[in-house]
Amino acid sequence: MSISTVETVARGRVRRARRRHLVIGALAALIVAGFAVTLMVGQTFYPPGDVARVVLGQDVPGASFTVGRLRLPRAVLAITAGMCFGLAGVTFQTMLRNPLASPDIIGISAGASAAATFAIVVLSLDGAGVSVFAIAAGLGVALVIYALSYKGGVSGTRLILIGIGVAAMLDSITSYILDRAATWDFQEAMRWLTGSLNGASWNATLPVVVALAVLAPMLLGLSGNLSALQLGDDTASALGVRVDRTRLLAVVGAVGLIAFATAAAGPIAFVAFLSGPIAARLVGSDGSLLVPSALVGALLVLVADFCGQFLFGTRFPVGVVTGVLGAPYLVYLIIRSNRVGGSL
Amino acid sequence: MTTDHSLLVEELTLGYKDRDVIDSLDLAVPPGRITAIVGANACGKSTLLRSMSRLLAPRAGRVLLDGEEVHRMQPKAVARTLGLLPQSPVAPEGITVSDLVGRGRHPHQRMLARWSRQDDEAVAEALEATQTVELADRPVDELSGGQRQRVWIAMALAQRTDLLLLDEPTTFLDVSHQVEVLDLLTDLNASRGTTIVLVLHDLNLAARYADHLIALADGRLHAAGPPERVLTPETVRSVFGMESQIITDPTSGKPLMLPIGRHHRAVPAG
Ligand SMILES: Nc1ncnc2c1ncn2[C@@H]1O[C@H](COP(=O)(O)OP(=O)(O)OP(=O)(O)O)[C@@H](O)[C@H]1O
Ligand SMILES: [Mg+2]
Repeated sequence: MSISTVETVARGRVRRARRRHLVIGALAALIVAGFAVTLMVGQTFYPPGDVARVVLGQDVPGASFTVGRLRLPRAVLAITAGMCFGLAGVTFQTMLRNPLASPDIIGISAGASAAATFAIVVLSLDGAGVSVFAIAAGLGVALVIYALSYKGGVSGTRLILIGIGVAAMLDSITSYILDRAATWDFQEAMRWLTGSLNGASWNATLPVVVALAVLAPMLLGLSGNLSALQLGDDTASALGVRVDRTRLLAVVGAVGLIAFATAAAGPIAFVAFLSGPIAARLVGSDGSLLVPSALVGALLVLVADFCGQFLFGTRFPVGVVTGVLGAPYLVYLIIRSNRVGGSL
Repeated sequence: MTTDHSLLVEELTLGYKDRDVIDSLDLAVPPGRITAIVGANACGKSTLLRSMSRLLAPRAGRVLLDGEEVHRMQPKAVARTLGLLPQSPVAPEGITVSDLVGRGRHPHQRMLARWSRQDDEAVAEALEATQTVELADRPVDELSGGQRQRVWIAMALAQRTDLLLLDEPTTFLDVSHQVEVLDLLTDLNASRGTTIVLVLHDLNLAARYADHLIALADGRLHAAGPPERVLTPETVRSVFGMESQIITDPTSGKPLMLPIGRHHRAVPAG
């Protein structure tokens, strides 16, 4: 082997890694900037100094309530829920080798949402109780669509079609429960149908932060195995991956993230679905997409929520804005996969 | 580098759901040699290779790598000794050649560990051996079938295993590229002593390149041994259900199979 080939290989790898780090750095910077702006801007503007003092825990008349109790939990929830959706989405898409196989398309978010609605409206639960219901339902839905699409091995297409059907069914259950609950207002209903950050509180946000702190490292630890799994089960196994165990851990981790985020913010439309493909466009298809997708998810939710609040005459919940972004992409993917039968 | 890893299959039974595909199979892979497995479509060749690389657990019997049961070994430890190129691997959309080849390094990398100089060297060596250096920065989905096949072989080579199993590595290739791939594997066998097991459909290429030929029929071992002994009209009849004539290849001195078929008869001499 010649030294020059080794140099070429090394140089190509360094170049790709640099692009990756650049994108990750830029996304992180945008998130920090967006975070700062959402804390300062609103009905009343607070200068950076006031905001900084509130964040550091000092008492600032007026700002302490508006920024500390309203804007801060909302912004933190936007970022953490966005990361949960982005990570979970790209995990499923990578594992099933199909961009349509995102948890918000195949019914997992819809299951978590229906269960959360049921827990709140019918059982009058809140906080951790709702999360438990959402997780159980998310895992249950994952199991059901897996079992329904199992036919001597799971085919991605069959799983996706069944998942879309299950999602539609679960959405109608959510609508039915909301319809029966006469005391609910429109904003609340929107939260469980398309996702919303209205009324975000520390109580709702903290479980998401904890789930992310526990489950994200677990998924990141699997990223090498997931990359190998992209090459097919046979190749992954030949590369020393325990295929079944990797898949099980990835499903549990991703469903957990989806469930916690959904219990707090509702099934924010299409964030899980969009983050991976956007991240792939930005960093290229080489290497793991987990971290860039998480950042894209966070940025999407943060920006979409800000736009929904202040850009239009009326206030739209974040899920309406992301829904408008995601729907055309879904149509595009379906048309394209009809033409070429493509994968991620 | 000499390698004398032993790979044995003992009373191995494999199957899917309620059907057995391989039935109580015994075989030994001669170390440091090239072994070709031949057999009709659906007779269980890929299933056998899958089980050897631990994807499929045996229903009965065992696969022994250096005396240890592969299904009880650490997966990564197996993958550092035994590599497999499956029949139909999947390339993620947009992945570049060098990244794909680099994924062959997986069993040598620790979790979250940094990429090492050794990894770069293994990738470079694999690219050179398969003459794919110029393709390194191209996306795999833009390559021709033959180029793509060479890239997959490069990925398996980057794994740097002493044993390499290849499931039909010459499909999609024109005849000159088929020979090129087999020459490449022969070089690898000669220079590094890599033990090679490959599934081939072309009996004549199998007879020419393999030191050891294994003929499977209906999930059972029909014959195993040097090509001169295994490739006979009788084997061809019971493995493929076809009449044939075997002559000696003037170039290599190995047996050469000429199919007869239903419409032709041997022309009487004179
Ligand atoms: N995942 C699977 N689930 C169920 N049956 C399978 C599976 N894979 C293979 N089979 C069946 O097992 C049998 C052996 O298949 P295998 O792929 O091992 O054959 P093969 O000898 O490699 O054939 P070919 O020459 O066509 O590649 C076939 O009848 C096939 O239908
Ligand atoms: Mg096969």
